[in-house]
Amino acid sequence: MSKNILLYSAILIFGLIAPFVFPAFKVQLSILCVLIVLATTWNIQGGEMGYNTFGNILFYGLGMYLCASVQVGMFFPLAEWTESGGEKTFVHTPAQFFQGMAVGLVVAAVVPTIVAGLIGYAILGLRGHYFAICTLGLGVAAGEISGGIEIIGAGQGFTTPPFPEVGGLEARGEFFYFLSFGALILTFVAVRAIYSTRFRLILNAIRDNEDKAEAMGIETMKYKIIGWMVSAFFCGLAGGIMGGLVGYIDSTDVAFDGREMGVFMVLMAILGGKGTLWGPVIGATVFHIFKEGFWTFFLGWQYVALGVLIVVIVIYFPEGIMGWLREKYPEKFGEVIDEKDRKAQVELK
Amino acid sequence: MDFMVFQYPMITVQACLDGLLLGILFALIAYGMALQWGVMNIINIAQGDLVILGGYIAYFMYLYGIHPAWGVIVSPIIMYFIGVGIYKLVINKVVDRDLFISILATFGISILFMQLMNFAFGADVVLANSGYGTTMLFDNNVTLPNSKIFSAVISIVFAIGLVIYMKKSKLGRAIRATAQNSRAAKILGVDTEKVYAATFGINAALCGVAGALISITFTIHPYMGLPYTIRSFMIVIVAGLGNLPGVAMSGMGLGVFEEFADYILGTEFRIGAVFLLLVLILVYRRFKLSRKREYLK
Repeated sequence: MSKNILLYSAILIFGLIAPFVFPAFKVQLSILCVLIVLATTWNIQGGEMGYNTFGNILFYGLGMYLCASVQVGMFFPLAEWTESGGEKTFVHTPAQFFQGMAVGLVVAAVVPTIVAGLIGYAILGLRGHYFAICTLGLGVAAGEISGGIEIIGAGQGFTTPPFPEVGGLEARGEFFYFLSFGALILTFVAVRAIYSTRFRLILNAIRDNEDKAEAMGIETMKYKIIGWMVSAFFCGLAGGIMGGLVGYIDSTDVAFDGREMGVFMVLMAILGGKGTLWGPVIGATVFHIFKEGFWTFFLGWQYVALGVLIVVIVIYFPEGIMGWLREKYPEKFGEVIDEKDRKAQVELK
Repeated sequence: MDFMVFQYPMITVQACLDGLLLGILFALIAYGMALQWGVMNIINIAQGDLVILGGYIAYFMYLYGIHPAWGVIVSPIIMYFIGVGIYKLVINKVVDRDLFISILATFGISILFMQLMNFAFGADVVLANSGYGTTMLFDNNVTLPNSKIFSAVISIVFAIGLVIYMKKSKLGRAIRATAQNSRAAKILGVDTEKVYAATFGINAALCGVAGALISITFTIHPYMGLPYTIRSFMIVIVAGLGNLPGVAMSGMGLGVFEEFADYILGTEFRIGAVFLLLVLILVYRRFKLSRKREYLK
């Protein structure tokens, strides 16, 4: 136990001093926090529940648009803002900006949760690939439809309010870093708390055999919806923060970016190891370091590399890093192995 | 939103005709998807990208001065080998695995193809001009490009040809046997690995035909693949696997739906409407099935 506390406090301290030690990497670190949040929440569906969704991007994009819209709409007419295309006709005072951000983030987290509850009731009854393709369709449909709505900028995009001029040059980066780091801590603590309850066992039962779980008297539908709502809450929050961080929202390239963010979250969770608490965190970190470190070398071939990466990971490395570690050092994961049994297995091979 | 459709009956006729001709093309793509789904139990997200790739083959023939209609012959031959290549490299490793693995792997292939086509052919919307002219109907109120009629006829010819091939030829029999029970087929001496490769190749060839026709009648663009995948998936789940008249009917129905969505909601919502329709169909299907389950209880 004390080892865990040491680890957590080390991570916490690193997180708190990181923006001051590595000031040049603030934006990268903020994006990393958001990516970890997305991978962790995807893991609730894909890893624990066995419902592989491409649709969590829906809540991410929804949160992004909602946060920015609330932040603008609280003080200025939204339609004129988007029409001016980010021209500085309206300027948020610092107080307005932070109030708007706070309310916006709450809305960005709560509304997707409600949406997830409603949609979840309709589509969580689908199984396997029907669910996967249905959620894929949802994500793309949301992108296409939001790209046609005038009030949030339609095809030309939506510029989020610029950060007010307070606290010097570094203030913007630090503000968004601590916001996303806070979201990460919140997500991790919440997910960890959830995973230590009976809820995780129920989700695993649904993954392993849904009909049997139902026969055992578990109201599977209820738990599936709750699981999705938890995901949607944190996805929306992450989306709201990311919108402010990027500063510009486009329907298909930033918000409902199924080709990039929507795939990333699946890939990160699989790379780290589905169905583990730490897997998505490790996966997201490795993926982000790889992406930031090598992306520039591909010079426009990023998506080609991404496609190859997906195929390679999915085919040759489906268990992920945690799964690999588990196979290598089973005793570290609390698995007791009967020596005789293991030998027998080796002989069989 | 405007209601021209209801005020001018000729627009309705126009939309129906366009939709039917378009739908036949969709049905051809969906037939390929149903084939591989039924035989290999794989859902190929890259289906639409194979279609677009086939379209670019025809487009390049057009650029080099060959009439693009020849693409209908050349494109499936090239696409057959590309399909077999994809099978050997990727698909044969995911055939027996979890369905999600195959969805994700083909999603990766789709992203790969999308970007490679973007590099190779540029991000412009292109079309191969066949120079077939148009037919005017009903006192010039309804315009019907001859290329659309041509594409519908060719699709029907290919679909019928494939049905006959599946019924009569040795390979067709092997494919059908593998679809019914791959283990039994293996025991009886069918080389299922070869059958799978051929199935994927045939599917890619069908996509090639459809792509060549799409490049003649409509436009192609490297990023336009995914909607074709979704359309064919939708057609297959509405019609059911192995129900060919159903595939044709639901394909045409989808075509008509799209044309009307285009007129009523506006072109910018067309793709969105397709994807929403998919979600609605799946939700309807789920409630229908859950009612059936309650009967069983």
